[in-house]
Amino acid sequence: MNLHSIKAIYNFEMARWWRTVGQSILSPVISTTLYFVVFGSAIGSRIAEIDGISYGSFIVPGLVMLAVLTESISNASFGIYFPKFTGSIYEVLSAPISYVEILLGYVGAAATKSIILGIMILTTASFFVPLQIQHPFVMLFFLVLTSLTFCLFGFIIGLWADGFEKLQIIPALIITPLTFLGGSFYTISMLPPFWQKVSLFNPVVYLISGFRWSFYEKSDVSLKLSLIMVSIFLLVCIILIRWIFKTGYRLKN
Amino acid sequence: MSVILSVKNLNKVYKGDFKALNNINLEINKGEIFALLGPNGAGKTTLINIICGIVNPTNGEILVDGFDNIKDFRKTRSLIGLVPQELVGEAFETVWNTVNFSRGLFGKPADHAYVEKTIKQLSLWDKKDSKMMTLSGGMKRRVMIAKALSHEPKILFLDEPTAGVDVSLRQDMWKQVRALQESGVTIILTTHYIEEAEEMADRIGVINNGEIIVTENKIDLMKKLGSKQLILELYDPLNFIPSSLSKWTLELNSDKSQLTYTYDSIKENSIPDLLSAICSAGILFKDIHTKQSSLEDIFIKLVKKS
Repeated sequence: MNLHSIKAIYNFEMARWWRTVGQSILSPVISTTLYFVVFGSAIGSRIAEIDGISYGSFIVPGLVMLAVLTESISNASFGIYFPKFTGSIYEVLSAPISYVEILLGYVGAAATKSIILGIMILTTASFFVPLQIQHPFVMLFFLVLTSLTFCLFGFIIGLWADGFEKLQIIPALIITPLTFLGGSFYTISMLPPFWQKVSLFNPVVYLISGFRWSFYEKSDVSLKLSLIMVSIFLLVCIILIRWIFKTGYRLKN
Repeated sequence: MSVILSVKNLNKVYKGDFKALNNINLEINKGEIFALLGPNGAGKTTLINIICGIVNPTNGEILVDGFDNIKDFRKTRSLIGLVPQELVGEAFETVWNTVNFSRGLFGKPADHAYVEKTIKQLSLWDKKDSKMMTLSGGMKRRVMIAKALSHEPKILFLDEPTAGVDVSLRQDMWKQVRALQESGVTIILTTHYIEEAEEMADRIGVINNGEIIVTENKIDLMKKLGSKQLILELYDPLNFIPSSLSKWTLELNSDKSQLTYTYDSIKENSIPDLLSAICSAGILFKDIHTKQSSLEDIFIKLVKKS
């Protein structure tokens, strides 16, 4: 294992994040704060409790997931797309480093950023709503697993994209709608039966449900099912990346 | 001299059956400067990119210091430094950080003293804290060289190193390349400036349409393929070449004031006879000089022939 190479990529990516701290940390934290102000305090006070939880507290796990998912994809896809765009990818491809090590550097840095962001949003939320985390280790596990999975997914998007439009298209047209419809702001039991069944095809439902369980022991689907679904998605991402690296798709001619 | 890089039967076929490289066989000696010349699209960059691991070969074998560049990629890549044609890099990163990043990426532990020495050698020390985007083209080119040298490679590929660089900076770079060679680094450069190859290289390789046409020691190549001209400036215009000189293929210029004899510098040994025949024919000349064909002439001749 070439630890120096992994460290170099990891540190380089983290340094880029700190350089753009306003965009990478403040922006998602402010957006989430606005959600708490609008849905938690202003509208939330007029909405009845859900499963015995105040609406402001109920949306916290969903909002954390919303930010973590979006930022995981954005950070990981940009991290690998940018060197491809500028041409500096030649250096990574000509370095004595395996694909697994490249992945550890880029995805490791992107996942670290997402985890830090998730914790910051949770901390911010605690200023607005009463927060309880009944299973902190499960919460942390879900946070890490989700960050890792969606960073891998973002990495795939970054490899696949051959223009800035493609880089944005999947997060904007697929991930954001899936997250909004995945139970960030409601429980799927509030939907008509038909839409409840449709929602079960949305992988984000399982993420938010599992994550919310770690806070309040309330969920739309069982914790076991949530874990299985996230693990399947993680596995699919790993298989796809393995194929990309094996064939050199969009990396090597 | 021992061989440090060996390319055997290398082929690269892109989609649509475009053959970028056709059965390339090439050996590079340790410590030499090898110039790879070829017109645009000849396959120079593809060859370099395959050796460096950026492009996959279709088939063939590449050995770097005896190691296979696919099976032992960690070993071979750590021996190679590459300065690409394009000036690429993180625009917002400083010179110091970007060079240190390259060293780490190639698996070397941090060594600030070495990076400092490299940056100083390339006259970049006063720019070490400048962002890449603030540098001039020539400085960026030197940063690219510093990045390629950051992991102390034994072989350095310079793909068009002086493209877009002004004359004085180009000569500075030539000095730096020579200094690198003296420190034991083997240098392989591609260039469009034939005089650069003529000035720098120990050996020349010419590639065209994906095939190596020739690899030869520069001096031997110029002797073998170059021609020489003996030019006589005549006192009086000459209307025709006397038949006594028909043994030699002489040419009169348009204003009939210059007599030119083109010959093979290796085979020719009758110059004294020619001069005495000219004198015997009563032709008087006020000046005499010779002209050797340049590497550029040889290059053009080779590429046209292929």
